[in-house]
Amino acid sequence: MNKNSNAYQIIYASVMVLIVGTVLAFIYMALKPKQDDNIANDKRGQILSAVRLKPTDKSKIEDTFNKYIIEGFIVNENGDKVSSDKNEAFDVNMKNNIKEKNRKLPVFKCKLDDGSIKYIVPVYGAGLWGPIWGYVAINDNGIDIYGAYFTHEGETPGLGAEIANPKFQDQFKDKKIYVEGDFKSISVMKAGQKPTDGSEYVDAISGGTITSRGVQAMLKDCMTPYDAFFKKLQSGTFK
Amino acid sequence: MLSKRNKEALFNPLSKDNPVLVQILGICSTLAVTAKLEPAIVMGISVIAVLAISNVVISLLRKTIPTSIRIIVQLVVVAALVIIVQQVLRAYAYDVSLQLSVFIGLIITNCILMGRLEAFALSNRPWPSFLDGIGNGLGYMIILVIVAFFRELLGSGTLLNYQVIPQWCYDHGYMNNGLMILPPMALITVGCIIWVHRSRNKDLQEK
Repeated sequence: MNKNSNAYQIIYASVMVLIVGTVLAFIYMALKPKQDDNIANDKRGQILSAVRLKPTDKSKIEDTFNKYIIEGFIVNENGDKVSSDKNEAFDVNMKNNIKEKNRKLPVFKCKLDDGSIKYIVPVYGAGLWGPIWGYVAINDNGIDIYGAYFTHEGETPGLGAEIANPKFQDQFKDKKIYVEGDFKSISVMKAGQKPTDGSEYVDAISGGTITSRGVQAMLKDCMTPYDAFFKKLQSGTFK
Repeated sequence: MLSKRNKEALFNPLSKDNPVLVQILGICSTLAVTAKLEPAIVMGISVIAVLAISNVVISLLRKTIPTSIRIIVQLVVVAALVIIVQQVLRAYAYDVSLQLSVFIGLIITNCILMGRLEAFALSNRPWPSFLDGIGNGLGYMIILVIVAFFRELLGSGTLLNYQVIPQWCYDHGYMNNGLMILPPMALITVGCIIWVHRSRNKDLQEK
């Protein structure tokens, strides 16, 4: 058989692509449930990280999540609850959600061991190379931050990727998102600089300027819609 | 099992015929993944796996592959293997796969793979091809680990994310060298390694 005839080449290429395609599809289908579990478990771990409760043992994440996250619900821009289904709130895909006009605003209510209540909201934005996202936990007074967790898909290790470092995230603790009654998102500033709008600020990552700006934009973009909800927390009128 | 020729296929790439140092292949990923030791090691292992298996597959198919589309055939095999590695990591080593997400995909473009498939697997039997893949993968991984060792130590003061430079050094004014984390220093580190390597292997020096 002539290996260089057109017919041979076309058949060879087609058969090969078919075989490879089938194998890949099979592997994808076989591993999908396991991967989905991993992704969901990772998300639970991230939510718990915002309140510093993520267990080191991965197999305990689901139990810890169910124990501390006592409620999950979705609010609208007026701060009214539109759904109190925990799974629905958990399943909101932030990537698609932030593009929509009427965003779903998921909130996770967390009850710590000392009985205090924290509200965790997801944030999602763009870094230098890809998406960055995270979770911010707010005290039940609706004013200051209890904890924050950020992570990323592919920021530069040692530079932008440092937003996933607890040292960076710990800076957000106790920062106020309301200054004299107005919502002011946290600014991420170069060391030695201060924001002009009077908002509270944290130090940016040196060498990770674009990612730091991304964090600032992400916080503003994703927390502003919760304004009404936070105000209701402050006045104690949220049901 | 290990005839003289097979031994050469396995051990030559470690030093005398090192893909990074001598053939200057795979430099791009050497720059990208060596800021920290851990991704460098996982990347090295992944490349070894993909290189060895794709070498065997291509070697088995070598008599049927039409010459004019051989590059396409090689790419399809490599791409399929890389996707499988990625899917398996995502299912069984999720944390590692998060760290390496972009880099694993980049194995496809690693010149070492194409180089070995073209130069060796297409004209050799499966077993020597397998050894050649392992050897070249190891040769690549060694350099990755050496470069990552210096970059992480001097750039972040850690090794495998454990702090190794004690706090009192920082208290006395020691500072991490931020430049080490940036890609240019990877190139310079590789340059230094090549320099040392050439000075010890005089026969490799260009006249």
